[in-house]
Amino acid sequence: MKEVVVLSGKGGTGKTSIVGSFAALAKSKVLVDCDVDAADLHLLLQPARRERHEFWSGQTAFIAEDRCTQCGLCQELCRFKAIKDFRVDPISCEGCGFCSRICPTEAITMKENLAGHWFISDSRYGPLVHAQLGVAQENSGKLVATVRQQARQMAEKEVADYIISDGPPGIGCPVISSLTGANLALLVTEPTLSGIHDLERVLGVCRHFGVPALVCINKYDINEDNARHIESYCRGQGIEIAVKVPFDNAVTEAIVRGLPVVEYTEGVVSIEITKLWQNISDFLARSQGGTDANI
Amino acid sequence: MIISVASGKGGTGKTLVATSLALSLKDREQVQLLDCDVEEPNDHIFLKPVITISEAVCIPVPEIDEKKCNYCGKCVEVCAYHAIAVFPGHVLVFPQLCHGCGACSYLCPEKAISEVGRKIGVVECGHSDGVGFAHGKLNVGEAMPTPVIRRVKKRANHDGIVIIDISPGTSCPVVESIKDSDFCLLVTEPTPFGLNDLILAVETVKELKVPCGVVINRAGVGDRKVEEYCLNENIPVLLTIPLDTEIARLYSRGITLVEGMRQWKESFIGLFDRIRELVDERSRSLKR
Repeated sequence: MKEVVVLSGKGGTGKTSIVGSFAALAKSKVLVDCDVDAADLHLLLQPARRERHEFWSGQTAFIAEDRCTQCGLCQELCRFKAIKDFRVDPISCEGCGFCSRICPTEAITMKENLAGHWFISDSRYGPLVHAQLGVAQENSGKLVATVRQQARQMAEKEVADYIISDGPPGIGCPVISSLTGANLALLVTEPTLSGIHDLERVLGVCRHFGVPALVCINKYDINEDNARHIESYCRGQGIEIAVKVPFDNAVTEAIVRGLPVVEYTEGVVSIEITKLWQNISDFLARSQGGTDANI
Repeated sequence: MIISVASGKGGTGKTLVATSLALSLKDREQVQLLDCDVEEPNDHIFLKPVITISEAVCIPVPEIDEKKCNYCGKCVEVCAYHAIAVFPGHVLVFPQLCHGCGACSYLCPEKAISEVGRKIGVVECGHSDGVGFAHGKLNVGEAMPTPVIRRVKKRANHDGIVIIDISPGTSCPVVESIKDSDFCLLVTEPTPFGLNDLILAVETVKELKVPCGVVINRAGVGDRKVEEYCLNENIPVLLTIPLDTEIARLYSRGITLVEGMRQWKESFIGLFDRIRELVDERSRSLKR
């Protein structure tokens, strides 16, 4: 079993459209949406929900007014400025529990947060594990770890060849949580100065965690000079450019129809994405070892 | 007045809107642009600011004095983030897991724990052609952007107009960035992805009690469901930017919309005037 995660640094470069197409192209796989803040893959795969699970993570402090003597020690010691006028602001509270331990009248208790939900769904392309972080909740990294863990167990059980993950934008906690231990990161970039800047940083994260990377330049014909710049940058870094995909409105039209783009058009976009999946499966076939189901 | 520019979905045009809004206002307002997308900051590519101040962002992490430590394990018990492990005769600290709450050092019975700064990023401040500028950069490999975001926000000049560019998503970095804004502009695109993530972003700003309005970018590309949603939810659509390959090309070269196509300046000034009206209306209604 091999795991590929699709990242980009910059948002909106086309991760989900590409993963949706991989869903249609790859044979035996489990799909994962690791963008737990703003999950969109289900809009392309249109799955039927099989299971819904609560995700409890982290804590929030609560002050019992009747026991509070308003001594102010908690306000003074809270590093997150989460207590004002002897009330806890649940959005600022990071759940460290320091206040509950130092309160002289034991007026503060910590309560578990329902931080979101995760789901197992069935699509016509195979099972999808996805999640929704609760509004204004923390711990997106832990929720990502949960969906990946579930996907691994399912892939073991079903003896699937691939786990294909749609990753979040950025380089922080949920990205690190999506990336660690994967066999390959596909970095989808676009030929804009922002795209290049963000590619360099996300590539740094892949290096930091020792995950090999391939690059796909999406919408390369928006600025061919920049596309060439990305190619020469990647060559210099020893990173392979898997494919270049041209800009095509059909990608958006496919999203509106709720279809993977490779099922919507037979145009160049679909030909290139098909080549991309071929490159990735070849790369994974060459790479050593599978994914440890118990990470 | 603080105006934050957010979106659930990435790549909808936050940076385009934030930079053009700041540049359009600079002749008539004292304006500052804060890039709080500290994971992937891009505003500097467009504004090319002169950086005058650069400061490290550190979070306090425990340092154990093993001469004083008797390995009682109190620190392990009080750490909510599992950042400390105690073995017989040895203590291990995992600085990457530490949130810097300070509980371990305060509660250590032997006073064996002090705190040292661990650098997780940098904040840079400067200016660009009449616009005040600050951004943060999270170090590659670091997981926690919020302490860097807090430091960028400390740079806000509350006497003028502060525009905050925010990372995509709806989780802690977004919440930290939007918090305390007077208004939040949500930039979206008219596709099912744009709509799905807009709805999540609207729920987030409602939770934070920050009023919001929508900018629809790449109009004409998808369907009309974003407009229908805004109408039904009574969320004002304040600006519409069409799908235009010329705009995409300018963006790709790091040129702001108002510099590349000057006719847009009036639209951004109009956008700001609408925001100010909405903020004034709201503060009047809150007083009542």
